[in-house]
Amino acid sequence: MTAVPPTRPPAPIRAEALEALLTERGLVNADAIDGLINRFVNDVGPMNGAKVVAKAWTDEDYKARLMADGTAAVGEFGFAGPQGEHIVVVENSASSHNVVVCTLCSCYPWPLLGLPPDWYKDPAYRSRVVREPRTVLAEMGLELDADVDVTVWDSSAENRYFILPERPAGTEELSEDDLAALVTREAMVGVAKVSSPT
Amino acid sequence: MSDTTVAIDELPLDGPAAPPRSNGELLFDAPWEGRAFGLMVALLEQDVFTVSDFQAELIAAIARWEALDQPVEEYRYYECWLSALEHVVVAKTALDDADLAERSAAFQARPAGHDHDHDHDH
Repeated sequence: MTAVPPTRPPAPIRAEALEALLTERGLVNADAIDGLINRFVNDVGPMNGAKVVAKAWTDEDYKARLMADGTAAVGEFGFAGPQGEHIVVVENSASSHNVVVCTLCSCYPWPLLGLPPDWYKDPAYRSRVVREPRTVLAEMGLELDADVDVTVWDSSAENRYFILPERPAGTEELSEDDLAALVTREAMVGVAKVSSPT
Repeated sequence: MSDTTVAIDELPLDGPAAPPRSNGELLFDAPWEGRAFGLMVALLEQDVFTVSDFQAELIAAIARWEALDQPVEEYRYYECWLSALEHVVVAKTALDDADLAERSAAFQARPAGHDHDHDHDH
């Protein structure tokens, strides 16, 4: 507990106290909080982003709208809400690779990807991927050729970056739903590529 | 905190009593983290503060943690989250630091066994 002054009660107690005080003042209620937790645990996740990617791969007009105004284009699916504002889409290709970080905290497009994984919030990822992206990506299992350009995008409340991964080879015959099933959270943050179907 | 971690470790990994998972990992390491997350979103939806208000406090809380010079056992993201939430609530509501401290102390003084009833269904 070195992260907080030793005189403060532990976090679970403080969280409970905060909820009790806010409930008494009518600012929150337990059912609403339960509902929000449930929504983010069960209904919001990377499958939303995967649908957007599959649509962009199969519909040039949609892709153009997505690249022009990410927030509006994902809104066509009904994907909106907290941390869903100012979504900026960046496209990966064979020659150009993009990866997303939030160096200061944990900005992340919740409506498209759910809540960020631990590695995204980790101080090591946040500082190192900016300084040595190729090394960090290689450690995460993505080896990039030396002639591939790598760009790191720093998400904030003003711009939440979302990666449109490269469509893998051998997927020409796949339906939009089948394509969406190939797309991973890691590919939409830019720490992986989408693999061809096996 | 360790006791809530143990509690979740003891839950079955699948079936109806399994803890929530996303991509095969726990979304929250302990129930209080989920409460702190839900509280923040609920207050956001009530327009008690804005995303930017909260984000500024979260950045500050993480920076405070990263500025600690002694080795810290482990980075605890939701400790920073809770700290940010306390700051923004004090700034944007009629509650002040003394209210938070007083209630926390009262809850902490409860007999053992009562501490975590609130966070569990069982």
